[in-house]
Amino acid sequence: MESQLPAEFIVNIDHERCRKCKRCVMNCSFSAIEFKDKVTANNRQCVACHRCATFCPENAITITQNPLDYKDGYNWSPEIRKNILKQAESGGMILTGMGNPKPYPIYWDHMLIDACQVTNPSIDPLREPMELRTYLGAKPEFLEFEGDPGNISLKTELAPQVKLDIPIVFAAMSYGAISLNAHKALAMAARRMGTLMNTGEGGLHEDLAGYADRIIVQVASGRFGVTSKYLNNSALVEIKIGQGAKPGIGGHLPGEKVGEDISKTRMIPVGTDALSPAPHHDIYSIEDLSQLIYAIKETTDYKKPVSVKIAAVHNVAAIASGIVRAGADVVMIDGFRGGTGAAPMIIRDHVGIPIELALAAVDDRLRQEGIRNRASILVGGSIRQSADVVKAIALGADACVIGTASLIAMGCRVCQKCYTGNCAWGIATQKPELVRRLNPEVAADRLCNLLTAWGHEIQEVLGSLGINAIESLRGSRERLRGVGLNQEALDILGIKHAGIGQ
Amino acid sequence: MTMKIDAKGMHYRTLNKMIRDAVASGEKEFELDNIGGQRYIGAGLNENVKITINGTSGNDLGVFMNGAKIIINANAQDGIANTMNAGEIIVHGSVGDIVGYAMRGGKLYIKGDVGYRVGIHMKEYKKQVPIIIAGGTAGDFFGEYMAGGIMILLGMNEKNPLVGNYVGTGMHGGVMYIRGKVDPYHLGKEVSCLELSEEDIKLISGYLKEYCEHFGFDFNAVMSGKFTKLVPLSLRPYGNMYVY
Repeated sequence: MESQLPAEFIVNIDHERCRKCKRCVMNCSFSAIEFKDKVTANNRQCVACHRCATFCPENAITITQNPLDYKDGYNWSPEIRKNILKQAESGGMILTGMGNPKPYPIYWDHMLIDACQVTNPSIDPLREPMELRTYLGAKPEFLEFEGDPGNISLKTELAPQVKLDIPIVFAAMSYGAISLNAHKALAMAARRMGTLMNTGEGGLHEDLAGYADRIIVQVASGRFGVTSKYLNNSALVEIKIGQGAKPGIGGHLPGEKVGEDISKTRMIPVGTDALSPAPHHDIYSIEDLSQLIYAIKETTDYKKPVSVKIAAVHNVAAIASGIVRAGADVVMIDGFRGGTGAAPMIIRDHVGIPIELALAAVDDRLRQEGIRNRASILVGGSIRQSADVVKAIALGADACVIGTASLIAMGCRVCQKCYTGNCAWGIATQKPELVRRLNPEVAADRLCNLLTAWGHEIQEVLGSLGINAIESLRGSRERLRGVGLNQEALDILGIKHAGIGQ
Repeated sequence: MTMKIDAKGMHYRTLNKMIRDAVASGEKEFELDNIGGQRYIGAGLNENVKITINGTSGNDLGVFMNGAKIIINANAQDGIANTMNAGEIIVHGSVGDIVGYAMRGGKLYIKGDVGYRVGIHMKEYKKQVPIIIAGGTAGDFFGEYMAGGIMILLGMNEKNPLVGNYVGTGMHGGVMYIRGKVDPYHLGKEVSCLELSEEDIKLISGYLKEYCEHFGFDFNAVMSGKFTKLVPLSLRPYGNMYVY
């Protein structure tokens, strides 16, 4: 059926400035620009990835939203009308990429951080040590020591811990969803910055085996590439139950993305769909989850912390409590604004709850039950800036994970077309000619720069708070105040409204 | 020399550590007596080790296993050969649910019945083709989401029904051979039934000869039954569900 949908964007070419070098034509991976005597745009194909505009040496290209107006209607927004047209033409579920773009409240932006004045002096992070180090893993309830004074040693046997030099970890993104060069960049940056990257559910490419101590390996329902070697060749093992962008549904890497190299890493034949069923078929209860956690612990000789990743949903606090009691060393909670390589729009935009509320609820619940020490809490689902990290840690998180932010650092323009496999920036694609556009060394530098900048910013905030270690901030909700929030939201977040003192 | 362990009342963690430590110091053969539900036996074992189990083994036997051989002289519980990569498991009895989940290689031979969700998301990769053979009947969701490998169900105890509902729902790879008639209403939407070709018969004969030797079954009697072959209709069952 021929589409009646108008183009989403208009590519404007300034022919006065254009020198006809055709760099834009070569760079466009969506076939939106051709050369017919002059550079000509096929507006319908444009996704606003900015590749052409970025590489035009004459700055002759601009991209604008199609100004074609629809008759005003608050209820029947242009987007809703376009979606109906699309579905009437196809009969399909609308697939999309990246995180939820809808204008739901962003609670981070309604929380403000305290600072010291006069009576409680701030600390200057330029002159004094300011520690961002933290450890992931179960902590004991108390410590026992043995020996005589002067020769004391720790008697308590500690659960395995993973050291992070900065409380920011790269989020799970599979090889398949993103390219090998993107994976390499994340692994290199994780090593240099003393943090971790996460394989996602697509297995670990052999080129990355040397980065094992910096890698979280994921076990999802499809068990792609999961072997005892994979589990042991890691810093931490994560059981993926859910993902913030698509809680309660499985994953689906289309067969056309399963080329030779992906096939080898996922250990499935070339060209077959890589289907991850919605549930793990051996997990239908907390007891079953516990069984898989201990299967992994047995296989790794109790040397690796085991994380369980869930999407933030209504009952997240009770679920997290069950996860900790099942034996997980880390609980990873992914909020409803979390990113994805591909998800049905209906799920991405309408399912789950904000990470801020989920985190506060989980931390509260684990404290009330006296089991907060038994697991670290990692949170993600749209951590956009270092301020979000500070606020998350003050709400009770041990560390944050960043997915979309790390992709943007590598060059992503958030055009939301990851599922097409045409990513012009070489990130969310497996096409060799596009993948090679992403230089892993350069991308790793950019990731390190981002983390370095955020690290300095966090230190600056810690200094202004008058504390010298990120661990002193954890769960210190007294240092946060809400603005423009109703009492119920303030109660859930466990913070006072701005204007209220101690 | 076989290392013998009396596992009566022993916690799985103690038992499995004994086995791991012994394997690390070169032990190749084990005999475990009085096993009563201990979990994770053989978990992640990479080495060429043989374990004989006397008693009913617990859940997730052979999980992530990669090359060992386990013989169970009794029934076994749920989750055998979970995500197993290579090796061989022989059960002289019946087994529980979710057997061979995401199994990617090796052999699992079961004398008796199998429970629900057997061979779910079993997959193959090049020369790694997993095989499950069960002599009795199977519960619902046999081969659900199956993505590769071979499953053979023999139904030799002549119980009815031979297999439960939703056989091969979401199947997108691999092949199943069921000895006897499968009513169409038992089948998932993503499978089709075929007659066996000569190659099929050659293929299953090889495995069934070995299977019959383990359990003392008459190979000719087994092969005299009429088999149904089930394959996926598509390698991409859900390819047309989305619009961009």
